[in-house]
Parts: sequence; C-alpha cells; structure tokens
Amino acid sequence: MTQVTIATLQIDLNEERYLTDSSQWNEEVAAEFAKEEGIELTEKHFEVLNFLRQKHEEGVDITIRKVGKSGIVDIKGFYALFPKKPLKKSSRIAGIPKPTSCV
Amino acid sequence: MKRLLILGGGTAGTIMANKMRKDLSRDEWDITIVDQYKTHYYQPGFLFIPFGMYKKQDVVKPKGDFFPTGTKVIYSKIDRIEGEKNQVLLDNGVAVKYDYLIIATGAKIAPEETPGLKENLWHKSIYDFYTIEGATALSSYFKTWKGGHLVINIAELPYKCPVAPLEFAFFADAFFTERGMRDKVKITYTTPLSGAFTKPRASQMLGGLMDEKNIEVIPEFYVERIDNEKKEIISYGDEAIPFDCLVSIPTNMGDSMIERSGLAEDLNFVATDKNTLQSKAFDNVFVIGDATNLPTSKAGSVAHFEADVLHENLIAAIEGRPFTASFDGHANCYIETGFGKGTLIDFNYDTEPLPGSFPFPGLGPFGLLKESRMNHYGKLLFRWIYWHILIKGREMPISSQMTMAGKKF
Ligand SMILES: Cc1cc2nc3c(=O)[nH]c(=O)nc-3n(C[C@H](O)[C@H](O)[C@H](O)COP(=O)(O)OP(=O)(O)OC[C@H]3O[C@@H](n4cnc5c(N)ncnc54)[C@H](O)[C@@H]3O)c2cc1C
Repeated sequence: MTQVTIATLQIDLNEERYLTDSSQWNEEVAAEFAKEEGIELTEKHFEVLNFLRQKHEEGVDITIRKVGKSGIVDIKGFYALFPKKPLKKSSRIAGIPKPTSCV
Repeated sequence: MKRLLILGGGTAGTIMANKMRKDLSRDEWDITIVDQYKTHYYQPGFLFIPFGMYKKQDVVKPKGDFFPTGTKVIYSKIDRIEGEKNQVLLDNGVAVKYDYLIIATGAKIAPEETPGLKENLWHKSIYDFYTIEGATALSSYFKTWKGGHLVINIAELPYKCPVAPLEFAFFADAFFTERGMRDKVKITYTTPLSGAFTKPRASQMLGGLMDEKNIEVIPEFYVERIDNEKKEIISYGDEAIPFDCLVSIPTNMGDSMIERSGLAEDLNFVATDKNTLQSKAFDNVFVIGDATNLPTSKAGSVAHFEADVLHENLIAAIEGRPFTASFDGHANCYIETGFGKGTLIDFNYDTEPLPGSFPFPGLGPFGLLKESRMNHYGKLLFRWIYWHILIKGREMPISSQMTMAGKKF
C-alpha cells in the first residue's frame, strides 16, 4: 500500500493504484485518476461513476453488461468514455475496488 | 400430503430428488419433478465429442433411470412460478401446488444475444460445443477441415464450466498435432477476462500452458458482433479478428421461465442467498446449480457440493429449525490439458486455487495446479462417478466444504 497526496487530500492506494478506502474519494481524486488514464471527465463520465459507486454500495457485482443496461450509456458508449478496459478504468476512477470477474 | 416440487431434472434436480426421497417419508411427502426433456445429457462429455473421443451415445441416458422410486415425474415445459400462490404453471396451464420448491433449471446458451453469431455461418463455420447439436456438428467439420485460423471466443460472463474453453483449446492443439497438421492451424483464444483464467495463480499456470502450446491469448476482448461476410469477429474495442472456424461459447442464460416468474436477476439467473441457498424472494423457494446467481463456478461439482448444504437446510426448514449448513462456494474442476494429461483446481468464494495434492494431503493421488496423467484419469473417471454416484445422491469421499489440508501457499 502506498500513500499519495492529491491536491490537499491524502489517499491510500493498493499496488494497482486503486483506492483502498472508497470513502476517500471525491471529484478531485477522480479527475487525478482520469488524468493518469488520459481521460478528461465530462458530466457523462460522472453519471457512470456515480452509478458504479451506487451499485458498489448496494453490494451488487458490476459487469460491463450491467453498465450497458443502466440507461446511462450503452456498451459502445461505455467503451468510448473509458477506452480499452472500460470497467477496470471506470472502477478505479470511481474509487471502488477492481472488479473481480466471476466465472 | 405435503408437497416438495423440483423444477428441472438435470444434474442438480436429480441429486436433490434422490437425497430428499431418502429422508422424507412417503406417507407424508409427495415429491414431484418437472422437466421438459426425457434425455439426461452428461454435459462434461460434450467437450470430448468434437475430437472424436466420445460419441453421442456416450453422453446420453434416459432421465427416468436416475429418479428415485416414489417420485412423480412430469415431462412438460414450465411456464412460470407463482410464488405468492405457492404454485407453478405448466405450459398447458395446469397449476402444480407446492409447500417447498427447488429451482434447478440450469443455464443454457443464448447465441442470439450476439448479433451475427447465429446467422448464415452457424454450424457451417461457427460452432458451439455446449449443446449436443453443436458438438456433433463440429466433430463432422473437424474430420475434413484442411486447417486455417481457429478462433475460440467467450462471449459473456459467467458461463458454465469456466475451464471448458481452455480444455477445448488444449484438445485442439493435441488433435491437430496428432493429425500432423498443427502447422496449418493457428489457434487464437479471445476472452473478456484479463488473462487465460480469472484466479491469479491458476491464470498464470494455465496461461503458461497456452504459451507452451503456441495458442495466442487475446484478453479483454469483449465481442460486439460477427461479420458473416468478412468472417470476422469484432469487439466493442473495435478489434476485428478474421477466422476460418469460430468456436463460440455464447452468452449463458437462465431459462426464460425465471424471467416470466419475476425472479430474474441479470441474465435470468435467480437471486439466491450465497450461503443458505434460499431464494431472496420467497422463504419456501430454494435454488441450486447453474440457475443461481452465486459468485462461484457453474459446474456439476458445485451443484454436488451445494446439494449437501441444501439437503441439510431444507430438512431444517421443514422441521422448523434455523439453517445449520452454509455453502462456501466450493468448486473442484479437472482440466484436460491434452496428450493424456490433466490438471486440477479446488477453490471457494474466498480461497483461489492453490498448488498441492487432493483429496488426501501429501498423497493425492491427484495434483493441484500441476499437469499429470493421473489428473486426466480423474476426469475420465468422473463420467462413471457422475452416472453411478453423483446424480444418485450417494456419498462421495470429498467434503462439500473446501479444506486447506494438502494445499501449499
Ligand atoms: C461443455 C461442458 C463441459 C462441462 N464440463 C464440466 C466438468 O468437467 N465438470 C463439472 O463439474 N461440470 C461441467 N459442466 C457443467 C455441468 O454440466 C453443469 O454445471 C451442470 O449440469 C448443472 O446442473 P443443473 O442441474 O444446474 O442444470 P442442468 O443439468 O442443465 O439441468 C437443467 C434442467 O432443467 C430443465 N429445464 C430448464 N428450463 C425448463 C423449463 N422451462 N421447463 C422444463 N424444464 C426445464 C432442462 O431441460 C434441464 O434438464 C460442463 C458443461 C458443459 C456445457
């Protein structure tokens, strides 16, 4: 675990740079993570991030398919917002743990 | 008379019928099982059919041979469950009442979920091996195939028997090698997972085998559609891979009956308590096997371990006691790696597959996360065990709870 300071905030990250405590998340943190991924956040991005955080709080396992059915974006749109690895990137930016794929 | 109703007479439903009939007195309890088909398929055997190792007759038996005496069997399609009324409607409108219900309607492939998958090329150069029709069609195709690009694709998560597509890749490598044409066949494995498998240690071990066998793995590949004209498989990330033969593991879904019953979570799987196996919607409804939404593998071995837990909890419920058994997500899968060898993984909700020996610490005879001939015999033996012990609900020398004994960190 490493500690880094973003703007005025101290946050804890695991070795894959996911937040270890999702309550340390705020929009500044999101913007910083997004920058590392080469993404500039828009309102649409935040709608997705809030959806992910809400589902995480409800204890629901999130999949790309479920985001595609959220009514916020379809899967194609999700890939456009967070290219290549949409669920992993968006989860990191949303400050929730890396999704574990259940098979 | 009290009534226990079991929906689905596949692996899990048959095990439960056998276990419950032994415990519930025939004077007090009526047990009824409903299934749409009369044939029981040994689904793990489908993997062997494309390579000519098994034929259709090796994997089919009449369902009726495995139901215990003293159970009523109804061969009919199920229309829906009416949980509030404690009844199930059959396709012909007949209502069947129950005191307790077990849902064991499994999962099946839904190729229509992916545009282009089930079109012109379906069962011509695009195949599945999760159905008897797909597996036998592929077997004929491979007999005369001259080679080219064989692409394996997993369309969606979760899918049953998560190791089966890997085994298919290993078998394909061995099959074309033995026919002296491996140099004419390029094998590519495309998966939405971030590696060959999900669990870190197993993924590393299996990924290493893929490398050794010259099978290219393309991870993070989430299929959007199939272009039938260009013979290309296209991902949401806009990667297009040309194929000569595509072997697809289509989206797996629960039966549409679950949706009609208003019990469906995503993909028509039933929201189930991961420890007690009680449905989240109704106290007198339980769920087992591939039909659940539990975060563990959809596999026969899992259904078998769940059956021990469900058996105990159902008896507790009937006797008005609190639940005493808790499912830990235990799964145990033999993995064929080709050329007469295999490996084995054993894991649960919390513990990833680890190396070691199984079931007896230090002795085996099976090796965890390593390749051996013994593990391959284990898988072949599994068919005999399946027909004679497993679905008959007899005791096996393997605990339903996973154990750390014999595992190495
Ligand atoms: C290719 C392949 C390889 C596999 N290999 C392995 C392996 O090596 N090891 C392992 O442990 N597992 C393996 N499995 C998985 C294993 O076969 C399944 O997990 C297991 O059969 C699940 O049992 P089930 O009772 O939940 O579902 P099923 O056995 O599929 O039974 C469901 C039953 O419900 C009936 N049904 C569904 N809907 C309705 C309806 N509306 N009306 C009436 N009847 C209905 C169906 O007809 C069916 O008989 C493999 C599966 C496949 C496809």
